[in-house]
Amino acid sequence: MSFLTAEPVRLLLALVCIMAFVGLNAAYLVLAERKGAGRFQRRPGPNEAGYGGWLQPVADVAKLLSKQLIVPPGTDTILFRLAPLMVISPAMMCLAVIPFSQTLVARNINVGLLMVFSFGSINVMAIMLSGWASRNKYAIISAARVVSQNVAYEIPMLLVVITLLMVTGTMDLNEIVRQQAGWFWHWNLFKVWVNPLMPVTFVIFFICMLAETNRAPFDMAEAESELVAGVFTEYAGMGFGVFFMAEYANIVLGCSLGTVLFLGGWQSPFGLWPGVVWFLLKLYALIFTVIWVRWTFPRTQFYNLLNLSWKILIPISLFTLLLSSAMIKLF
Amino acid sequence: METPVDTSQIVQFAALDDLLALSRANSLWPLTFGLACCAIEMMAAGGPRFDISRFGAEVFRPSPRQADVMIVAGTINKKMAPAVKTLYDQMLEPKWVIAMGNCAISGGPFVFPGQYAVVEGVDKLFPVDVYIPGCPPRPEALIEGILALEQKLTGKRRWPVVKPPQ
Repeated sequence: MSFLTAEPVRLLLALVCIMAFVGLNAAYLVLAERKGAGRFQRRPGPNEAGYGGWLQPVADVAKLLSKQLIVPPGTDTILFRLAPLMVISPAMMCLAVIPFSQTLVARNINVGLLMVFSFGSINVMAIMLSGWASRNKYAIISAARVVSQNVAYEIPMLLVVITLLMVTGTMDLNEIVRQQAGWFWHWNLFKVWVNPLMPVTFVIFFICMLAETNRAPFDMAEAESELVAGVFTEYAGMGFGVFFMAEYANIVLGCSLGTVLFLGGWQSPFGLWPGVVWFLLKLYALIFTVIWVRWTFPRTQFYNLLNLSWKILIPISLFTLLLSSAMIKLF
Repeated sequence: METPVDTSQIVQFAALDDLLALSRANSLWPLTFGLACCAIEMMAAGGPRFDISRFGAEVFRPSPRQADVMIVAGTINKKMAPAVKTLYDQMLEPKWVIAMGNCAISGGPFVFPGQYAVVEGVDKLFPVDVYIPGCPPRPEALIEGILALEQKLTGKRRWPVVKPPQ
């Protein structure tokens, strides 16, 4: 069994596990979303395919896989095919550094946070490329919107994360979690003695995460009522399915990052269950909140979206940055 | 002209075909597309009272590339016909059409000698799989139409047919 512990084999296993995790999550989060939407609107949601609708994702995936594939004439063929891969691969790569428990991490590197944000920013470029390659006016308009939205929300997100970094003093995600040991008031979310605005930074982080993953109420990438289906207009079958998977992979990534940075990751408040259970509990609570927000709020207008970022979130996050540096200097 | 050979009649992967048919029947994504008052009934079918989502058919896709079934809900004017035809052509195989309401079936109340504005039935433009009569049909009738389409795909009826009381 010694070959199992060899580093290349371990990395390969971790890769397979991450891909399975992303795939299963994408499939069943879609079901959770549709069931959740049903419950929020007082209807049952999909419940006929399999027992209680559990086979609905299987039916959807089989149908998407067997749908005709086309590359519309006049598109940039290579980019058109490449864009879905470029959307999903960074999200999978980032999950490699997320610590699911103290030991359950594919690759523990000491600049994990930097890696997540550098790969996370590829997402916007890939969506822009898909809009460009589609040669469709709606896709182009949507791509332009996605770029301005993601640039606008990357700034407060990074400012908030820098505030947090000044508190933790490390970019090692496992080390950040280890610093939050103890009861729940040791989580970064409640560390008000370090920076009294810590809960506010979490809220800003969550809003920016919603905007970065193009989720409602900020789903300008796929604004059905204005731009046919946004950047996905020309994508059919599994090309569209991969974009859908990438959206959910990005949600999982953003929520696990929120869990690690603010909610104490795998730290348990009672020491009752193993760390991975606590991590998944917090992760799925955050994901449920994302679904909840989507089916509660209508889509914002585009200038309101940009106003929220440039006029509210960026000044507040700059203030928290100044406040926490001042408090670190003083105390 | 020689008729093209349909290969699916020569090579049959029976189990796989059944599985695909079952999958397609359980995930019929309609096109977000309404022409007249029947579309209101279509929206009601998506709402909480009738809930088309139980059959996995509530994912109304705005782009014809991702939709599987086109529910033609309403009157088709001669002026609208080219747009509807384009939408049908932009949908990818396999695709199905449901003609919902009397206007989509035959022109409905707008047919009279000398009328010049209305296409008399969507099957003048492209093939139709399921016809749902009514003016407009109730949402239950649309759900029944979707069940009929599922029956056409899989060969099996999902629920027993409800007989009206005598």
